[in-house]
Amino acid sequence: MTEKVLTSGDISEIEKAYQHFPLRSAACIEGLKIIQKNHRWVSDDAVKELAELLEMSPAAIDSIATYYSLIFRKPVGRHVIMVCDSVSCWIMGYEGILNHLKNRLNIGYGETTQEDRFTLLSICCLGTCDHAPAIMINNDLHRDLTPDKLDAILETYK
Amino acid sequence: MYPINDNIEKPLTQHIKNDGSWLTLKEYESTGGYQALKKALQMKPAEIIQVVLDSGLKGRGGAGFPTGKKWSTIDISENASSIKYLVANADEMEPGSFKDRFLLEGNPHQLIEGIIIGAYAIQASFSYIFLRWAYHLAGKALTQSIQEAYDAGYLGKNIGGSGFNLDMSLHISVGRYMCGEETALLNALEGKRSNPRAKPPYPSNSGLFGKPTIVNNVETLSNVPHIIMKGANWFMNLSKTGEGGTKLYGASGKVKSPGLWELPLGISLRELLEDYAGGMADGYRFKGVLPGGGSTDFLVEEHLDVAMDYASVAKAGSRLGTGTIIVLDDKTCPVGMVHNLERFFAQESCGWCTPCREGLPWTAKILYALETGAGKTEDLNILEFHTHYMAPGNTFCALAPGAMEPLQSALKYFKADFEMHIHQHKCPWNS
Repeated sequence: MTEKVLTSGDISEIEKAYQHFPLRSAACIEGLKIIQKNHRWVSDDAVKELAELLEMSPAAIDSIATYYSLIFRKPVGRHVIMVCDSVSCWIMGYEGILNHLKNRLNIGYGETTQEDRFTLLSICCLGTCDHAPAIMINNDLHRDLTPDKLDAILETYK
Repeated sequence: MYPINDNIEKPLTQHIKNDGSWLTLKEYESTGGYQALKKALQMKPAEIIQVVLDSGLKGRGGAGFPTGKKWSTIDISENASSIKYLVANADEMEPGSFKDRFLLEGNPHQLIEGIIIGAYAIQASFSYIFLRWAYHLAGKALTQSIQEAYDAGYLGKNIGGSGFNLDMSLHISVGRYMCGEETALLNALEGKRSNPRAKPPYPSNSGLFGKPTIVNNVETLSNVPHIIMKGANWFMNLSKTGEGGTKLYGASGKVKSPGLWELPLGISLRELLEDYAGGMADGYRFKGVLPGGGSTDFLVEEHLDVAMDYASVAKAGSRLGTGTIIVLDDKTCPVGMVHNLERFFAQESCGWCTPCREGLPWTAKILYALETGAGKTEDLNILEFHTHYMAPGNTFCALAPGAMEPLQSALKYFKADFEMHIHQHKCPWNS
C-alpha cells in the first residue's frame, strides 16, 4: 500500500465535521474543504480516501468535487488569483486587467507560473460591483484596479 | 456606502461604521440591539408572524415573496415536526449585486437577531447561515458574532429564560450561483450538488434533511428586529409606495458615483441614477439599465420615472430583483453585455434539466458569433426561440428563465444593434 494522502490531522477534522450531520455523506463538501485547506488541492488519492471515510463511492465524491468551482482538482500555486469576469467588471474593463495579468505572468486561465507562485482563474461576480474591476488573490479582495495598481499588488505575494 | 445627508430613516444601515469594522455585540447592544429579541420572546410565535405579515415585508433576495406568508406556511402546532430549520441565504452571487455584503460586513448581529426572532416565530431549533466563499470578511464577522451571541445567552439553551432553544452554524460554500436557489441551497447544505428540487413539497413541509425549513435572504432577516421593535405600521410607512420598508439600492457601471444606499422602497429609477449615482460618468450617455441584477429585464429611457418597488418594476416589464442596478452606457455594446451574462448563466447552470443545460450554451455561442462578426440573420430567430423555450414553467428552477430576461428585453429594445452586428460582420463597438 502506498503512502496515504490524508494525515491523521485531516482525518480527525473530517470526523469532527460529519458528527454534526445525520449522514456521513453530508460532510462531503466539508471534507473536500478540509483537504484543500491542508493540501492546497484535492488529488485522486485524496478523493478515494475521503470516499472510504464517508462511506461513499469515489465517483460520488468526485461528482461533487468537480461540480463546485472552488474545489481544485488540479494542483494550484501558492497564490490563486481569481479575476471577476461578470457583467459590472466587464463594463468597467476587466479584460484589460486580465490581459495584463496574462502577459505579466505569462500564463492563461487554469495555468500556474513556474515555481508554483501564481495560478490564474476566473470567478463570478465578487459582489463589489461599485468598485469594479475587482479580483481576489487567496482570501484578499482587490478593487478599483488599474494595471499599475496590479503590479504593486502582485509584488506583495511572494 | 457613501453617506448622503438626506434625512431619510435608514434602520438597516444607520449604525454601520465607516472604518470597515463591524459592530461588536457591545456596540450593537448600545444601539438598541437584541431589545427586539427580548420583546419577541414575550410574544406568541403566531403574533410575530402576523406583525411581519402586516408590515408588508417582501423577500429581498430577488423573488419578492411576502416573508410573513412564507413563515405562515410552517406548521407550528404541537403536532408539527420537533426539528425545524431556518436558513439565512447569504450566498449573494447575482451579477451586479453587492448589498448583502454590506450588511454582513457591517452589522452581523442585526442579521443574527433577525434569524433568532424568525426561528422563534417558526419554532425552529437550528439555524444556518449559508455564506458564499468569496465573502471572507463577512465570514470572520459572523464567526466572531455567533460566538458572542452564544456567550451572551442569545443562542443556545433557554434563550433569555424563555425556554426557547436555538443553535446556529455558519456554512461557507464553495462556489456556484445555483446555491442561491433555495432548494438547491438545501442540497448544498446536505453536502450534495446544488441541483434544484421539485416543488411541491415546498421546503416548509420537507426541506433540509427532510424537515420543515424556511430560507430567507440576509436583508429580509435584518429587517425583522426593526419591525418587531417599531411595528408593522412604522415599517409600512417607511416606503413610498405602500409595499413596506426601505431597500438597499446600488448602482454599478459607467455612472459618476457607483455605490450603495438605503432608501425608501419605491424611489424612482431617475432619482437613484441621478441623485445618488450622480448621473452618467463624463462622456457617457444612458442607454439602458438592468434594475435588479443580471437576471432582470432591461429598462430604458422611457422607464426612468418608474418607482423602484416590486409592483411598479413588474408593470414596466422587469423585476426589482436585488435592487442593485447595472447601467448600460452608449459606449458599451449591448450584445456584448448580454453575451457576458449568458456565458455566465451557461457556466453556472447545474445541468439538471435539459432546456437550461443545452439552451444557455447555445444562446451564449450565438451571441459570441454576433460579437465576432459571424452572426447570421436567422440567429435572431434562434435567440427569440430560446426566450420562449426557457420561459417560466419549462425549466426546473428560475435560473434559465432569469437568464432569458436580459436577452428577451435586449432583443426588444436594442434590436437594431443586434442587426448592425450581422450587417457589418463585426461588433460596431469594437472597431
